[in-house]
Parts: sequence; C-alpha cells; structure tokens
Amino acid sequence: MVENRPFLTVLRHVVLLAGVAIVLFPVWVAFVASTHPQPTLLSGVAPLWPGDRLVENYSQLLSAGMAQAGGTPVGLMLFNSFVMALLIATGKIAVSLISAFAIVYFRFPFRMIAFWIIFLTLMLPVEVRILPTFEVVADLGMLNSYAGLTIPLIASATATFLFRQFYLTVPDQLAEAARMDGAGPMRFFFDILVPLSRTNIAAIFVIMFLFGWNQYLWPLLVTTDESFTTIVMGIYRMVNVSDEQPQWHLVMATATLALLPPVAVVLVMQRLFVKGLVETEK
Amino acid sequence: MAGIGIRDVVKRYGDTKVIHGVSIDVADGEFIVIVGPSGCGKSTLLRMVAGLEEITGGEVAIDGRVVNRLEPKDRNIAMVFQNYALYPHMSVYDNMAYGLKIAGLSKDAIRERVDKAARMLQLEPYLDRKPRQLSGGQRQRVAMGRCIVREPAAFLFDEPLSNLDAKLRVQMRLEIKQLQRSLGTTALYVTHDQVEAMTLADRLVVMNGGVAEQIDTPMNVYLHPATTFVAGFIGSPAMNFMPGRLGGDGRAITLDTGAPLRALPEPIVGHGGEKPVTIGVRPEHLALVGQPEAELTLRARVVETLGADTLVHGVLLDKDAAIVPVAGEGGEVLAARLPGNVTVREGDTLPLRVAEGALHVFDRETGRRLADV
Repeated sequence: MVENRPFLTVLRHVVLLAGVAIVLFPVWVAFVASTHPQPTLLSGVAPLWPGDRLVENYSQLLSAGMAQAGGTPVGLMLFNSFVMALLIATGKIAVSLISAFAIVYFRFPFRMIAFWIIFLTLMLPVEVRILPTFEVVADLGMLNSYAGLTIPLIASATATFLFRQFYLTVPDQLAEAARMDGAGPMRFFFDILVPLSRTNIAAIFVIMFLFGWNQYLWPLLVTTDESFTTIVMGIYRMVNVSDEQPQWHLVMATATLALLPPVAVVLVMQRLFVKGLVETEK
Repeated sequence: MAGIGIRDVVKRYGDTKVIHGVSIDVADGEFIVIVGPSGCGKSTLLRMVAGLEEITGGEVAIDGRVVNRLEPKDRNIAMVFQNYALYPHMSVYDNMAYGLKIAGLSKDAIRERVDKAARMLQLEPYLDRKPRQLSGGQRQRVAMGRCIVREPAAFLFDEPLSNLDAKLRVQMRLEIKQLQRSLGTTALYVTHDQVEAMTLADRLVVMNGGVAEQIDTPMNVYLHPATTFVAGFIGSPAMNFMPGRLGGDGRAITLDTGAPLRALPEPIVGHGGEKPVTIGVRPEHLALVGQPEAELTLRARVVETLGADTLVHGVLLDKDAAIVPVAGEGGEVLAARLPGNVTVREGDTLPLRVAEGALHVFDRETGRRLADV
C-alpha cells in the first residue's frame, strides 16, 4: 500500500494490537494464575498481575507433581511428550521422504496403486481406526512403551504428498547428471534429494511436532503406566481430580510449561524455514 | 580418448519409431555436431549414447567397446546438460568433485584435478560459491568443468548454450571449441542452432524426422546439400527453391517460367529422361548483373538494409513480367543478399545471375540432390 494517511496507520495498529491482545490475554491469565497460591484463585476474583508463588509452584510441579493427580512429576510428562513428538515428527519425515522417493523416481509394478493406498490413509486418521489399531498394538505388546505411543501415528500421507510434489519440481536432469556422475539411487537420494528438501523438512517437522505434542486420545489409550503420562493427558487429569478442589495454580503452571516446547520449536525452525524461502535454489 | 561408433541405431517408444537407423562414425578427437529442428530425434540419439535412454536396436560403441548395456558411469563419457543440472546445494568445487568422490579417488587426486580444471576455465575465484551465485556463463563453465575432471573418452553436449544470451553464446561457443581442441577429446554436440553447428563442427550431422540426412563437413553441407531439407535448414536466410525441369538429355535445366538456366556439363547418370526437379539457389549466391546475362528476374517487395548487406525479398518474374509462383519457405517470395552499397527500392526489377556452381538441382519427388552447377 502506498497510501499514507496517519488516521489509517493508527487504525491499522489499533486493530493489530487488539488482535494480539485477544490471542495473548488467556496465555497471560494462565501465567498469572500459575504464580498465585490456590486460595487467591478460588476467591472469585481472578488476579491480573503475577503473585509471589512463581518459584514454589513451578519447582513443586517439576519435581513432585500433583499428589491428587497421581503425583507424576511434570518434568517427566514434558520429557514423555517431547520424546513422543520428536519420534513422531522424525519418523514421519523419514518414512515420507523415502516413500515419496519410491513413488516419484521408480517405475515398479502397482506403483499407482501404492500411491493411492497411501493417499487413502488420509481418510483414516488414528481416531477412526482406534479400536483395530489398539488391538494390533496390544497384541504386539507395545502398550506402555514409546513404540506404542508413536508408531501408529507415524505413517503419513500428508507428508508423503508434500515431498512427492517437491520431488516433481526437481528437474529430471539433476537425476540424470547424478547418474552420469555414477551415483546410484540411494546416493542420489542422500546426497542430492535430501539436502534439497531441507526447507520442506523443516516445515513438516514443525507441523508434525505440534501434531505429536497435541496428541491426547491415543496416549490416553495405550498408556496406563504413570511413567508414560504425557503433558496433555496430565493437565486433564489434574483438572478432573475427584473429591477435591482443582489446584488451579498448578494446572495453569502445567499449561504454561506445556506451551513452551512447541513455541521453541516454531521459533527455531521458523528461522530455517524463512531462510530457505528467501534463498530459492534449484 | 576414443572414437564413437553409432551403428544402425533405432529408437522406438511403444509403436512409435523416433529414430530410424542412424549410423555415425566419430573419429578420435573429432567434434561432431548433430543439428536439426526440434523433435528430429537428435537429443534422443545423444541420450542413447550417454546411456540415459535405452537403445531399441543397433549398437553404440565407445572406444571400440559396445556399450549398449552399460550404465552411463561405465561408459567413460561426460555430459553437459541444457540447464547445466548443477547440484544447487553444493559449492562449485563439490559439484566438480562429486563424480570423482563416487569413483573413489583420493582427496589429493580430486583436488589436483579440480584445481586444474578450474584454472583452465578461470573458475578459481568461485570454487567456494554455490551455483546460484554465479552468472549463466560461469554456470556453463562449471558444467564443463564437471566433465573435464572426469577425463572422459568423449564429451556429450545437449544444447548447452541455449539458456545464454546472444553475446555470451558467441563467447562460450569459442571457449568450448578451444577447450575441445586443447584437450583433444572427442565431442558429440547437439544443437538446433545452425550457426553453432557450422562454427563448432568438424563434421555435421543434419537430422530430420529420425534420419541422418547428411553427414559431412560444414562447408560440404553448405555447398553440396544432399537433400532439399538440408539445403533449406542450413544457411540464413534459407535457400530459395524454384520448380523446374530436367531435360530429356539429362543436362538442360529449365525453370517452370520457361527460362532456360545453364546446362549441366555432363548428363546425370541414370537420369531416366525428362523429369520435374527443384532448383535451389542461396540468397547470397545471387548477383546483380546486366539484363543480357540475367538468369532470374526479381521484383523487389521488401528491402532490408543490414549495413554490410542488403536483403531483397521479391517475387520471380517471367519474361512477360508476370509473377511466377514458387515453392519457397516464404511462399512466393525469393530472397537475394546483395552488397550493402547497392541501392534497391521496393518495386524495382532486378536482373540476377546465380554464381558458378551455386545452382542446386534436386529430384522433386525424393528431394535428393542430383547436381550442383
């Protein structure tokens, strides 16, 4: 826009600031609540400024957890969630990279059928196939393990699709040049295709990490052992304690903690992502 | 270093035959240019030599060894692609070194070869850069360097200059030629640009519709085109074609205007009596003469002054000054390239004579050359 009217500039900023406030206010409230003792929060008036219990609340959570909700330390929950999200994201990327490679660069029998089968899985997310998948995971003895938490979530048509679309834009001559240079298919894949997919990998990693982090239903089903509780499950368990007032200050602190790793991933990856977008190669 | 033998090579995609048995013998150190319009199969032929395309029939031999079933890397050749196909994420050095790394050369040997090639191509200051930080000409040089370091038996070029602007193209053309000469490596070069073809080639292969129409030195192709296709394809502006007849004695040539042209010194062997022919004359072989010596009369329609030359596009007139239809590239219009100091105005009538030996006679049915006078 080349228009330069002070009134419009002010209006634009007011609208933007209002938007930011709407998004950030709940986060602020959660953070503020996590710094007060429980009675303050139950008094009926929600405080708007941080209290004095920041260190106590958080250190209690991280080391001991909340006794009423099983007493699993939040540190462990964070670790579990992190491992699960990381395994799902890297697993998805690894599987999708290689399956897209097979579909785009090789002529094998039933290639299109393979492609459509992968495509069909888009319509079958975990929630739809939850009972049979649970049965399989249970029979394989993968309940209460990281394998059980992550493997059923790894197969991903979305990422395969994205990589396929990207590979189709890589000029054929690049593959031919590599062939002339004596690179076999796997060498071409690792030396040329994967480095070229760097920015796509970053983007998909962000999306899939968040997807993995936010999983609720599946971890709830396959883990019964406290040591595999993830943070999202943990929050819910804290809210629904029986025969007692919810410990809102601890719940809010947990929520705040749960927010941090995804934010960190987005911030770190976004740099790579933008860098990749600016330096177009090919 | 070695020659390349292409023997009766055929390419078929399903039921469609795109190359109908091409044979070319490339001598050691020779620069062969394959030229032709798009879709004539020239790139397919090159890719078959490279091993990127399967050979349906016939044989390709490099250095006397049949390579039909060998992988590209085992054929001891290197190829420059049209869009260079440099690895975008690798530095110039790594681009050139990649093939050698795979071949398992030691680090020192790789460095030595890459440095040597970089020196030769004046790429030394750019070794650490990525391809995207280079200009078109520099990328082209890197693509060449990637070939040189492998010290192959032959270079294959697939329209390597078509992505460059006109000025750079001329410069790179010279560089490629010099490089090939100094290395003495056999080269097979595909292009659709006839200037590139004429200037680079030791021998030219003119292809059309999957057939090699003529294989000869550039000058021979220019002076004695084997077919009307070759005659029309090589040379700019294109050769003029006029309908004519070969006399019953196999010597006399008459234009369909009725005007007799010069006679052949000897009858064409096996001419089989009178027959329709196509007469070809290059625009640059027409000279302005006095009326009595004129063989052709042209009425100027469009005059283009190029400085050194004047291009006259006009229609052919018979002796009654009526327009004669001819079957040339531009329909009825013939072209004549006259010296730049001649003043011609639109509408002028020009008496013209064809230079000695520059009148080409082709069989009208087969399009093959019968004689040049």
